[in-house]
Amino acid sequence: MFEILGITSQALFGQLLIGLINGAFYAMLSLGLAVIFGMLNIINFTHGALYMIGAFVAWMLLNYLGIGYWWALVLSPIATGTLGVLIERFMLSRLRDLDHLYGLLLTFGLALIFEGLFRQKFGSSGLPYRPPAELTGGTNLGFMFLPNYRAWVISFSLVVCLGTWYAIEHTRLGSYLRAATENPALVQAFGINVSRMITLTYGFGVGLAALAGVLAAPIYQVNPLMGSNIIIVVFAVVVIGGMGSILGSIITGFALGVAEGLTKVFYPEASSTVIFVIMAIVLLIRPTGLFGRST
Amino acid sequence: MSAQPVSHSVSSPASGGSSLLPFVVLAACLIIGPSLIYPVFLMKALCFAMFACAFNILLGFTGLLSFGHAAFLGMASYSSAHAAKVWGLTPELAIAFGTLVAMALGTVIGMLTIRSRGIYFANITLAFAQMVFFFCLQAKFTGGEDGIQSVPRGSLFGLISLKSDMAMYVFVAVVFFITFLMIYRIIHSPFGQVLRAVRENEARAISLGYKVEQYKLAAFILSATLTGLAGSIKALVFQLASLTDVTWQMSGEVVLMTLLGGVGTIFGPAVGAFVIVSMENYLAELGSWVLVVQGAIFVLCVMTFRRGIVGTANYYWNKRQQG
Repeated sequence: MFEILGITSQALFGQLLIGLINGAFYAMLSLGLAVIFGMLNIINFTHGALYMIGAFVAWMLLNYLGIGYWWALVLSPIATGTLGVLIERFMLSRLRDLDHLYGLLLTFGLALIFEGLFRQKFGSSGLPYRPPAELTGGTNLGFMFLPNYRAWVISFSLVVCLGTWYAIEHTRLGSYLRAATENPALVQAFGINVSRMITLTYGFGVGLAALAGVLAAPIYQVNPLMGSNIIIVVFAVVVIGGMGSILGSIITGFALGVAEGLTKVFYPEASSTVIFVIMAIVLLIRPTGLFGRST
Repeated sequence: MSAQPVSHSVSSPASGGSSLLPFVVLAACLIIGPSLIYPVFLMKALCFAMFACAFNILLGFTGLLSFGHAAFLGMASYSSAHAAKVWGLTPELAIAFGTLVAMALGTVIGMLTIRSRGIYFANITLAFAQMVFFFCLQAKFTGGEDGIQSVPRGSLFGLISLKSDMAMYVFVAVVFFITFLMIYRIIHSPFGQVLRAVRENEARAISLGYKVEQYKLAAFILSATLTGLAGSIKALVFQLASLTDVTWQMSGEVVLMTLLGGVGTIFGPAVGAFVIVSMENYLAELGSWVLVVQGAIFVLCVMTFRRGIVGTANYYWNKRQQG
């Protein structure tokens, strides 16, 4: 045990862990936003609501159908991703030729609808969701106690993030995607169905949000407000990282989670604003974000 | 960025600017209003109408979508409530103070954000507004979750008591009418023309030698200041400044009012504000359904009704005029 500036190592590592957990969710959500932004050029305002729906689908699978966590981890992203595909196919795709701000406004409206519906049905208080039996308990690392479920969330989200990054930067499908981002008309001319690719990309981004929702369910409880609480912070993360950068959004997500955790140890009053302060500083120095390209 | 900017329904100054009639109708409505409708409700609607008109300077006439205007509304509302209650200032001074605070805040946020465009601008203003929200949540003078309650309305210039709702209404209506005329004048001034040039084709405006960033910043500060005026008055009308005014949902609500009424029209935002405020009034007992209805209006407007109420009316009117 040791102390820095009067703060015990337990408190420090404890907050660092919470920071990493939050960072994992920031990273997964901003990654989904970045993927969607890259293809569709819109900021998906529904992202927070879809993250919330992802968690609720897991909760409903357990309480209505008796289907547990591991299946929910697969089924919820698929179900929510399908909802995303429908949104893109029937709504967003009709706005493609208009100013991209309309896309933002549409997704904002959808976020209100989803949040309102779930609040109407489930109220504003959280519903408990137990972590799976395999992941209960924890490990004593000597300097701190690490709950198994949290270790799982951090490692699993890292795998998902890096997997997504690899798929986009180093596979054939990913290269199509990147090409279509640069020049959709040309890629279409090569016989690739860009329109379908856009739809599926949106579905995939939404799936990522739902996956984050399922991971979050045992930690934060399932709550209709969970999406709107986190999404604004994630927007700030996206601005700091630079919009559309895949690796950038992953790194910034984790880093800002940790920064937030550390602030909670050393200067708790600023912990909820620190990300926005960092954003203001980054904007002054690099208006396109840390990893962003100029537009 | 792709084609077709957000706003398109505004008429040229020649066809839209000459008629005095709408303003006479507006003045008549303001005078008759309180004998038909409960004055507190009217004042609420007028505050929001002022808010939406101020917001429209940015979205409708400059083509910038700010998603953080709640910051100006809320900060002004807290400042004027604090000035009136703790410092004991007279209402006009409290309102002036709140408006100045919003102006200062608008200058700072504007300078930090104005270089970004489109979606980036929306996103960044939203994040700054959220920063203001957390500041208001934690700062001592705002009273946290309780807000600043039982703010005294006081006496105008220390002479005319605003205690009765009717007196307050007359004051609010006069301020609203003057603000409205002022916005109309600004939109149709050479300055307003440059803003519209920026909206339609920014690159061209730059190549014509306009310092576009300065114009945009001026529009942003103007919009923030008038938003502050609305917020300051709102605090005195309800004798309350609370966190509701700083939330990002409030920033979204003003977008909705403007969109529904007609982006880039003079009267649209005011009409939109009236519709939304009355809807919330009637649906208040239905709880979260208000959110659902708001969201549905958003979706409908974006998908099928992009001109808004006044924009659509203008469109058919012009079509008929042309035969």
